[in-house]
Amino acid sequence: MSGRQIGDVILDLQHISLRFGGVKALTDISFDVREHEVRAIIGPNGAGKSSMLNVINGVYHPQEGRITFRGEERRKMEPHMAAMQGISRTFQNIALFKGMTVLDNVMTGRITKMKATFIEQALFFGRAHREEMEHRKKVEEVIDFLEIQHIRKTPVGRLPYGLQKRVELARALAAEPSMLLLDEPMAGMNVEEKQDMCRFILDVNDQFGTTIVLIEHDMGVVMDISDRVVVLDYGKKIGDGTPDEVRSNEEVIRAYLGTGH
Amino acid sequence: MQFFFEVLIGGLLSGVMYSFIALGFVLIYKASGVFNFAQGAMVFFAALTFVGIMEMGVPFWLALILAFGAMVLLGIATEKIVLRPLVNQPPIALFMATIGLTFFVEGLAQAMWGASVRGLDLGIQDEPIGWILEATDIGVSKFDLFAAGVAAVLVTALALFFQYTRVGRALRAVADDHQAALSIGIPLQNIWRIVWAVAGFVALVAGLLWGARNGVQFALVFTALKALPVLILGGFTSVPGAIVGGLIIGSSEKLAEVYLGSYVGGGIDSWFPYVLALAFLLVRPEGLFGEKHIDRV
Amino acid sequence: MLYREAGQFKASYAADQQIFPIRQDRVGVLLLLAVAFVVVPMFASEYWLKGILIQFLVFSLAALGLNILTGYAGQLSLGSAAFMAVGAFASYNFMLRIDGMPLLLAFALGGLMAALVGIAFGLPSLRIKGFYLAVATLAAQFFIVWILTKVSWFSNDSSSGVITAQDMVIFGYKFASPQAKYLLVLAIVAIMALMAKNMARSSVGRAWMAVRDMDVAAEVIGIRIMYSKLLAFAVSSFYCGVAGALYAYAYLGTVEPEGFNLDLSFKILFMIIIGGVGSIMGSFLGAAFIVLLPIFLDVLVQDVFTGMLPPSIASNLQLMVFGGLIIFFLIVEPHGLARLWQIAKEKLRLWPFPH
Repeated sequence: MSGRQIGDVILDLQHISLRFGGVKALTDISFDVREHEVRAIIGPNGAGKSSMLNVINGVYHPQEGRITFRGEERRKMEPHMAAMQGISRTFQNIALFKGMTVLDNVMTGRITKMKATFIEQALFFGRAHREEMEHRKKVEEVIDFLEIQHIRKTPVGRLPYGLQKRVELARALAAEPSMLLLDEPMAGMNVEEKQDMCRFILDVNDQFGTTIVLIEHDMGVVMDISDRVVVLDYGKKIGDGTPDEVRSNEEVIRAYLGTGH
Repeated sequence: MQFFFEVLIGGLLSGVMYSFIALGFVLIYKASGVFNFAQGAMVFFAALTFVGIMEMGVPFWLALILAFGAMVLLGIATEKIVLRPLVNQPPIALFMATIGLTFFVEGLAQAMWGASVRGLDLGIQDEPIGWILEATDIGVSKFDLFAAGVAAVLVTALALFFQYTRVGRALRAVADDHQAALSIGIPLQNIWRIVWAVAGFVALVAGLLWGARNGVQFALVFTALKALPVLILGGFTSVPGAIVGGLIIGSSEKLAEVYLGSYVGGGIDSWFPYVLALAFLLVRPEGLFGEKHIDRV
Repeated sequence: MLYREAGQFKASYAADQQIFPIRQDRVGVLLLLAVAFVVVPMFASEYWLKGILIQFLVFSLAALGLNILTGYAGQLSLGSAAFMAVGAFASYNFMLRIDGMPLLLAFALGGLMAALVGIAFGLPSLRIKGFYLAVATLAAQFFIVWILTKVSWFSNDSSSGVITAQDMVIFGYKFASPQAKYLLVLAIVAIMALMAKNMARSSVGRAWMAVRDMDVAAEVIGIRIMYSKLLAFAVSSFYCGVAGALYAYAYLGTVEPEGFNLDLSFKILFMIIIGGVGSIMGSFLGAAFIVLLPIFLDVLVQDVFTGMLPPSIASNLQLMVFGGLIIFFLIVEPHGLARLWQIAKEKLRLWPFPH
C-alpha cells in the first residue's frame, strides 16, 4: 500500500439509535471513518451491520444521534443526497437492475453527473449526445478496471452470481465515489472469486484513494485488508480498533470469535 | 334527517353487495397473493350460468348446484391453465393475466348463454318493509336486508371454516408463508384450487343477489369494479376489511350522490369511490386492516 | 443481402451507441419509412388508409405512451384512454377558443394539458405501487370521462359532450383526403417514436428502468425517484394526449367522452402486453395486432364459417381471443412480439450455420 496516506476523519457517527416499531436495530453507536482507510464492520447475523450502512447512506433514518460527513452535521441523510456527495454502495442481496444490460447498469452509476434535460435527450442533440459519449468513456474505464468487458452487452439477469457482484461494484465505482460502502462483497463466492474481489477492493483503495467501509463475514479477509474494525453485537458496539486490537478484545472473543468463527 | 337515514341505510345495504365481490378478491389474494381482477367477471359468469340453467327448466336448487359446479370447474381450470405456469412471476404479471382472464370469462359467459339482459327472481321483493316504514318513516328494502343477512351468514361460515377445519388451518398457513407451508407438506395446489372454488361460490352468491336486484347483464362487470376501492379501504388481506370497506364505499357514494351530486350535475357515483380510495391511500397506504410493510435491503 | 454484422467494426463509442448499431437494421428502417411515406399512400385503398392504417398509427402512439409509463418506468396504468381524452378535448378547445391557433401547436398544447393531468394523477405513485396504483389510475379514468361529459364548456355546450373536430389546416393546406391525413399522422408518429427511442437509450430512460427494476437501489445511486416517476407520467400522458388529439382529428372526426372509456384503456394495455412491454417497436407490433385481429375474426366468422356460427358470436369470440392471447403471451413470451422478432433476427444472424 504505497501512496496511500490515511487522512482525517471524514465521517463521524455519534450516538446512533435506530428502531423499527419496538425492535431496536441499533443502540447508541458511535464510530468514525478516516479518509482513505478501509474500515470493516463485523458482527454475528442480526447484529445490525446492514442497518448501519443503511443509516450512513440514508435508506434508514435513525431516531437519535447525528452524522457528520465532511464537516457537515446532519440528523439524517437522504439516499440521493448521499449519492450526490460521493457515497456509493453495493448491497448484500445484489440490487442490480435486472432488465438492463451490464453497460446500462454501470451507466446508471453516472446519473448524478449527467446534466442534459430529458428534452435534449429526446432530441439526442448537443449536450445530451456529448455527455453520453463522455460518460461512456468513463464507464468503459471502470469496465476495463474490473475486467468485465466481455459481458458488457449482456442483460445482468443472465449472469452468474459472482459476476453480478462485480457488476454491482462497477456501478458503484462509476460514480467515482469518495466513499464506498460494501455490504458483504464476497458472500457466496468461491476462493478464486474472493481473491479477485479482494484485489479489486484494495486496488480501488490504493489507486483512487477511495475510503471503504465494508461488511464481511470472512474473518481472514477482514483481518487482511482492513485498517480498523468495528464490532457490533445485538445492535451495540462491543469493539473498535485495529485488527490486532479487536482480535485480542475479550468481549469480542466472547461474543463472536470465540464461537469458532 | 329521516331522508338522511334512508339514504345512509340504502347505501350501507348496497355496500354489502360490494363487500360480496371484495370478499372473493380477499380470499384469493390471501391464499395465493394473486390480485384477481376477474372476480367481477366470475360474478357475471356465475349469475349468467345460473339463469341459463334455470331457463332450461331445471329447478332452483339443482340449478344452484350445477352453477356451483361450473364455478368450481372454472376455478380449477384457472389454477391449472393460468396460475400454475405463472408461479414465481412478478405479481403484476399475474394481475395482468387476470385482466386477460376477465375478458375471456366475459366472452365465454355470453357465448354460452347469450348477451341479453335476464331477470332473476329469488322470491324476495325489493320493497320497503312495512312495519319499519310505519314506525320510523324510513324505507328499508326487504331485499337489501335479506342480502345483508346472507352476507352475515356467509362471513360467519367462512370464519368458522377458516378457524376450525383442517383445510382452513392449512389455508391460513399458506396465506402466512407459502414456502413454509410447502415445507411442512401442505399441498399448495390443492389449497389454491379450494380457494378458487370457495371464491367461485362467493361469486355465485354475489351474482344471484346482484342479478335479482339489477337484472343479469353485462353492466354487472362495471359495478363489480367498485370492489377495487373497497379493497383499498379495507386492505387486500382482511375479511372484516372487505365488509367494512364495502359499507363505507356504499354509504359514502350514495350520500355523496344525493348531497353533492345535485350541485355538479349528478353521476358522481361513477368515480366517487375511486377518488375516495385514492385520498385514503395517501393517508394510509396499507388500508384500514392491512399490515404495514417495511422494505428490507 | 444477408443479415450479418461481420465486418462492421466500431471505432468509436458514438458508432456503438447509434440508434440502430447494425447496418442492416438502419437500412431496414429507412426502407420501412420509405415504403410508409411513399409507396403506401400511392397504392393503399381508401378503406385501408381511413379504416386501418390511421387507426393503427394513432393506437401505436398511445401504446408508445403507455409503454413509457408501464414498460420503462414500471408504473401500471389503467387510465390511458382518459389521458387521450384530455388531449383530444384540450386540442379542440385551443382550436375553438384561440383565433389563428396553429393545428400542430394545438396538438402539442393538448399533449401538455394531458401531461399536467397525468402528473396530478401520478402523484399517488410516490407513495403507492402495483395494484394500488392501478386502482388509482382507474380514478383518473372514471373522473376525467365524467367531468368531460358533465361540464359542457369542454364540448362547447354540445349535447352529451360530443365534439366535432375542426378541419386540419397547416399553412393553408387542408388535410382532408385520406392520403393527406395518413401522411400527417405518420409524420407525427414517426418523430415521436424517434424521440421515445432516444429517451429510452439516454440517462432518462435508464433512470426509468432503474426505478422499475429496483427503486431502493435506484435512489441509492442518486436517481430522484419522485422526479423520474412524475416525468414518466408526464411524458407518457403527453404521448397519449397527442394520440387522443389525432384520434379525434384524423381518425374519428366526431367523438364523445364515452369514446375514451375503460375498454379503450384495456385495449391499449393489451397492445403493449402482446407487442412487448418496454419496447418501442413492440408498441407498433401490438397496435397492429390488436387493430387487425377483430377484422380477421370478423372475416373468419362471416366468410369462412358462413352460417355455421351465429353472428353474435363474433364479439364474444373477440373477447375470448383477446383474453386468451393475453394469458398466452404472459405465460409463453412475456416480452411479446418484439421479443419474438428479436429471436428471429438472432437466428437469421447465424443462419445458415447456427453452430
